[in-house]
Amino acid sequence: MNNILLRLVISQFKIFFREPGVVFWSFGFPIVMAWILGIAFANKGEILRNVAIVSESAQALSALPQWLHKKTGTVNSELSTEAELEWEVGQNPGEQARFRFRAMTEEEAVLALKRGKIALWIETDLESNLSYRFDPDNAEARLTYLLLEGAFRQQKTSELKADVHPLTMVGIRYVDFLIPGLMAMSIMNACLWGIGWNLIELRIKKLLRRMVATPLKKSIFLISHGLNRMILSAAEMLLLYIFAYFYFDISIQGSLSALALVFFSGYCAFFGISVLISSRVQNTQSGNGMINVVTMPMFILSGVFFSYHNFPDWLIPYVEVLPLTMLTNSLRGIITEGIGLAQVIQPSIGLFGIGAFCFMLGLKFYHWH
Amino acid sequence: MTIEVRNVCKSFKDVDAVRNVSLRVESGEALALLGPNGAGKTTLVEMIEGVQIPDSGEIQILGKSWKNDEHFLRQEIGLALQETRFQERLTVEETLRLFASFYQLKKERTNEVLKIIQLESKRRTWVVELSGGQRQRLALGIAILPRPRILILDEPTTGLDPNARRDLWKILEDFKATGTTLLLTTHYMEEAEFLCERIVMLDQGKILADGTLNQLLDKFGEGDLIEYVITDANPSAEASSLCGVISSNWNRETGQGLLTVNSISETLPVFLDLIKSSALTLSSLECRRRTLDDLFLAMSGRHLDE
Repeated sequence: MNNILLRLVISQFKIFFREPGVVFWSFGFPIVMAWILGIAFANKGEILRNVAIVSESAQALSALPQWLHKKTGTVNSELSTEAELEWEVGQNPGEQARFRFRAMTEEEAVLALKRGKIALWIETDLESNLSYRFDPDNAEARLTYLLLEGAFRQQKTSELKADVHPLTMVGIRYVDFLIPGLMAMSIMNACLWGIGWNLIELRIKKLLRRMVATPLKKSIFLISHGLNRMILSAAEMLLLYIFAYFYFDISIQGSLSALALVFFSGYCAFFGISVLISSRVQNTQSGNGMINVVTMPMFILSGVFFSYHNFPDWLIPYVEVLPLTMLTNSLRGIITEGIGLAQVIQPSIGLFGIGAFCFMLGLKFYHWH
Repeated sequence: MTIEVRNVCKSFKDVDAVRNVSLRVESGEALALLGPNGAGKTTLVEMIEGVQIPDSGEIQILGKSWKNDEHFLRQEIGLALQETRFQERLTVEETLRLFASFYQLKKERTNEVLKIIQLESKRRTWVVELSGGQRQRLALGIAILPRPRILILDEPTTGLDPNARRDLWKILEDFKATGTTLLLTTHYMEEAEFLCERIVMLDQGKILADGTLNQLLDKFGEGDLIEYVITDANPSAEASSLCGVISSNWNRETGQGLLTVNSISETLPVFLDLIKSSALTLSSLECRRRTLDDLFLAMSGRHLDE
């Protein structure tokens, strides 16, 4: 019995190690991911927390830099109302925090909050009254508030009359930020898993080879998979939206034509990527690894669940050209900010471009057998 | 000329799968590529199907090449692969209609094919619920859907039980009557004998023999065979002098002996008398006609089913 068990285990080891692709995706890929993510996150230091300072009058805004200096104890001067002030507090690990203050009008602060550029804003009359405005359901915002309040206390500048004013109006809650991100992620998953994975399976079953042994055009075959999933994905998004509409009171503020364009261009981008991913893969383990290589960085970086504006400044331009980021930002803009067709044309062209490039490349190198 | 293969070679890493093969298949001909596993049959057929590109040499089908006339050739060739797993949750009819749409065929044709492959009663059955034989019939049905001028079948009955194999042979035999050129790979000599007038024997990427069954057997030499096992003494010398014996061999280690004779009915009685009079113990005895396997063994030193 033990001998049988041993033989079975040894045989399975042999099968495993004789498939180099499987070995890489099992051992190599986690190490590569740990290395990349470790570099990206472990050494980046304390997160820079963006905070807006909102004051009612222009006169108050002009006095804001001095107020910030007094409040934070920093000595840098020559600040204008448009400028920013970075403030680093705490000496010991665990007590450290970094903030970047920006003076804004309330309207600008609302927009920045919707876009995830800030987690909270401070309203002040620059005298003794100070009010923190944030969504209490947003864990990131609560943490920023606690760190900021702690930092002000350290400076002994915490206001006696400081209070918290929860932001619960539709459009700037965390759930308003989350739902468009989930919609974008569902489009990505529908394409990469629903199309890419499916095509890899068809190749393994030799059905791909059988299909293209007919007069069927190869591009038509691939596009049929894209169309099928697009309809399903549109239905998925619609259902998610109906749920969000009734349960979270979320409604689309912007234009429906812009939404259709963004959905279609985002879908095309991920469809093209799924064709490229599936073009050479010969087994499901490698397929799984390839799809994870593409989805995982975007899942982490693209601001689906949390704002990517907390990442280091050097990383943000790269994050913003990821297809999931472009799609998420566009959907978020349409649903929560009410942007229209003109504002989504540029990201849509980018998404179409990514899709067309990946599709053509995938088709050129596609392994049909 | 339907298929013309000229000096084709194909290698994979260190393996020369097909080595300088030339072959001509006439219109309406049924040709079997017969050989053991690894003989190069599938690679040769895949090159004819346009799936693999030859390293050297040239292939012309209906006077056209894959490079320039792929769309035309896809219309004219029907094929069934060694193993295809069709979508499990489509019915037999849905699968046929899907493939029929690729050739722009009407529903009537799928009904005809369902009848030909004897799966009318299974038209609404999911593919996952079909037996191995039924799935192969479905694969054959898809291959014949467009009424192809050339039908290529790669090991169509491998893994099937004898009944399922015979069912498929019957369908193919009927289909041959339509005048379609048939190219079949197999390692079953009975299949090659039953379905094809012409047989090409392949081994290690090269053609060993090419001809009709009778031509091939004649090439090997005349005579029937008496196989026996006697372990207690060598009967070969006496047996070779019996009437009608062409040749006699005996293996000392295994006791297996082989008599090649002009006529089994003439030699067998005297051979049995010899055993009786010599008081030898006969462990087994088999009399049979020569087969393609004997020919293949003589030429390659291997059996077809190895």
